[in-house]
Amino acid sequence: MEILTWTYILVGISFALYIGIAIWSRAGSTQEFYVAGGGVSPLANGMATAADWMSAASFISMAGIISFSGYDGSVYLMGWTGGYVLLALLLAPYLRKFGKFTVPDFVGDRYYSNTAKVVAVICALFISFTYVAGQMRGVGIVFSRYLEVPIEWGVVIGMCIVLFYAVLGGMKGITYTQVAQYCVLIFAYMVPAIFISMQLTGNPVPQLGLGGSVADGTPLLDKLDGVLGELGFAAYTSGRKSITDMFMITLALMVGTAGLPHVIVRFFTVPRVKDARLSAGYALVFIAILYTTAPAIAAFGMYNAIESTSEKKISELPAWISTWQKTGLIAVDDKNDDGKVQYLADPTANELSIDRDIMVLASPEIAQLPNWVVGLVAAGGMAAALSTAAGLLLVISTSVSRDLFKTFRPDISDKKELRIARIAAAGAVILAGYFGVNPPGFVAEVVAFAFGLAAASFFPVIIMGIFSSRINKEGAISGMLTGLIFTLGYIVYFKFISPELNSAEHWWFGVSPEGIGSIGMILNFIVCVTVSKFTPAPPQAVQDMVQEIRIPRGAGKAQDH
Amino acid sequence: MPAQNEKMKAYWRKNLQTLFILLIVWFIVSFGCGILFVNELNEFRLGGYKLGFWFAQQGSIFAFVILIFVYVVRMNRLDREFDVDEE
Repeated sequence: MEILTWTYILVGISFALYIGIAIWSRAGSTQEFYVAGGGVSPLANGMATAADWMSAASFISMAGIISFSGYDGSVYLMGWTGGYVLLALLLAPYLRKFGKFTVPDFVGDRYYSNTAKVVAVICALFISFTYVAGQMRGVGIVFSRYLEVPIEWGVVIGMCIVLFYAVLGGMKGITYTQVAQYCVLIFAYMVPAIFISMQLTGNPVPQLGLGGSVADGTPLLDKLDGVLGELGFAAYTSGRKSITDMFMITLALMVGTAGLPHVIVRFFTVPRVKDARLSAGYALVFIAILYTTAPAIAAFGMYNAIESTSEKKISELPAWISTWQKTGLIAVDDKNDDGKVQYLADPTANELSIDRDIMVLASPEIAQLPNWVVGLVAAGGMAAALSTAAGLLLVISTSVSRDLFKTFRPDISDKKELRIARIAAAGAVILAGYFGVNPPGFVAEVVAFAFGLAAASFFPVIIMGIFSSRINKEGAISGMLTGLIFTLGYIVYFKFISPELNSAEHWWFGVSPEGIGSIGMILNFIVCVTVSKFTPAPPQAVQDMVQEIRIPRGAGKAQDH
Repeated sequence: MPAQNEKMKAYWRKNLQTLFILLIVWFIVSFGCGILFVNELNEFRLGGYKLGFWFAQQGSIFAFVILIFVYVVRMNRLDREFDVDEE
């Protein structure tokens, strides 16, 4: 069968599955809508968290980014997994014991202040919106590349699917759909990786294949270092970023991960504190499967791309190159008219340009796998984008219906609150869809900065709220604002006001805008502690609450006020 | 209940000790081996990998997974010991 037919079949089946699950698990109360009734098993929640967490960028782009940055790409690998250790050890169990529905809920109660809560809601909305627009765009791109429909239609179809199951099912629907989406996406990611690893190194486990040897007996990574060196590129296993910058970016991504509202809220859905701990462990196992495979795909992809093109006759290039040339993701330009391809670091002589997304998208064709695998990768990319989008939309709708509406109108009925949550979810989907079709040019960059902002705003106040009973509302509010304004200011200055100054010699302490969230976080901590020291301690009831959340026993289901 | 309070303080202290040790390991495997001392470790090899590179792209992630499960087991034991576990 044709690739296109297979793609339609596989994507169609996966969509039917998601909708079926949504109908079966639709939400009947706000409790089910916000936290799936608090009855999700740790294993299912771990899988759902993994799918929620791994976005279109993780699935489609990450391996490609590592391909072209080698060792420097490690910041994403460590940053986006190490955060789960912080989440499991410092946040998840205590927030689960606290037992409300959202991060602003916690901030509002712990800091006995609606102002603090509103600041938290604004941070949550900002982070989630920038993120969700990127996902919608991802859905559109997968549609347009594989199903040959315009990006706009791809976004609209994706919107309808997400709208259907997020609005109908709430957290309950999303959780069980995400479990299915995880299975689809990990299968789609691993199949090509395993085959490529076998072809190149004879080892079916990509994680071992990356440390294996190619046909002539040299270790793959050494071979890659050598080949890249000959072409004038830096060695694959050595870094170009400064150690300070690597350190700060990794830290910002780790702490940002632990501070992302759509990830934190997943730990409210399990029945007990010990399930929250265990569930974070499962989530990281499921994430690690993809994250340890990605660097293997990255190195294999780079090796294959060079081996099959460099100094080869243009007329004899493999079929996948001409297929992807049509999409514009690969371009060959015979500058010196010798009829061969020169792939070189020197931009004036280089004749081959490869888009980073190729490394995953074209992997089945590079490995000469059957057509159905191509369809599978399309379904996987879609699963990754949809699952993340749904999780984010839920945070947005909850923030509006619960953290904003209910805070100021506490007497509304459960039924009415549920209706508002659904309307907010629908509104958010439409807005996200609009940005998916008309992306502000900086979406990709803003998504990366969402982490810096989460690191600089949420993380310190949540940690301090749990581990200190002395931190008060004045400290928390001033800390959050300092972290947020400092980080946002630094990013806006270097990315939008004076982008020409965005280089290492102008950065403060050599920290790039990607890593500045770490400094913002430290400032937040300092301001938070200092201000609290000079202002009155929190009321006794709040101090008792802090003692209470430190002890696992007595965690009921997540409840309403 | 002062006795109860003392017990809870002891529980919390043990919890913090556990966190402290695990977070030190967390820091060493990622920031230490993967970033700060990567060049020194790259002098050694692990199969076809340079050791520092392996830590940055594989080893640290495996270590993170192990850390969380060690934490789970250790905290469950601590909860039972101090009789604060859930049914």
